[in-house]
Amino acid sequence: MGCVESMNYEIVLRDATFKESRDYVKAHFSEFIDVQPGFKVFDVYVIGLPPIAIGLEGDFVIFPYTKPCHGTFLLRVEDQKEAARLRALKK
Amino acid sequence: MTPRKAALLVLGCPQVPVQTSIALYLINRLKKGGVTPVVAGNKAANTLLVVADTDRHYLGEVMDLDRAVAQISERKRDFDLCFVFIHNDAGVSYAATMGAISQAKLYTLVYGEHYEDQVKKIDFPCTTIAAKAVHNPLPLKKALDEVKPWDA
Repeated sequence: MGCVESMNYEIVLRDATFKESRDYVKAHFSEFIDVQPGFKVFDVYVIGLPPIAIGLEGDFVIFPYTKPCHGTFLLRVEDQKEAARLRALKK
Repeated sequence: MTPRKAALLVLGCPQVPVQTSIALYLINRLKKGGVTPVVAGNKAANTLLVVADTDRHYLGEVMDLDRAVAQISERKRDFDLCFVFIHNDAGVSYAATMGAISQAKLYTLVYGEHYEDQVKKIDFPCTTIAAKAVHNPLPLKKALDEVKPWDA
């Protein structure tokens, strides 16, 4: 997973479709932002059909990570700085 | 002199056998059509091609898929044509991503047992070339030959 491997992440969804990932974020997180494919979260360029939903929950960032053979994982990573950066994009 | 066109072939998970065969076929047709092919895939998909074409009669540049996405997203590189191999949901996600980040003319090559399910998810501008092909590449080759993207 590249740099994702070095993160302390929790897998919220695994082997999901992009639609399941998007629907999950919108259903479970009151705070989220919609981004375009290729948007950088941490050091990951997000993959998917636009718009791609990224959830925010306190200092946690919830974002999709797609692998060709394993579909889309929804990852939850605690990072105050990244959460603040993404929150600022909403304004 | 007009610079040669370049095409990116975005490989999917290599679990469906026709991918490697069609990729080599497409690479050959592109090269004969004066287009420089570049392959981007995960380690397994790339290795299947590199081992099959040890002396690089067909293959040119082969790169990691994540690196290709990063370079195009950062506007460091782009292509004239982009072919995305699709047999699962992740393939559709990669194709949509290429459509959003790249200026290339986008082709989706859809195959596999349930290829129609994947075709239905494609709601972005592209030329779709699709066939029910799992072990036998000929149905997909035939569909590709009808479109002739190497002449584009």
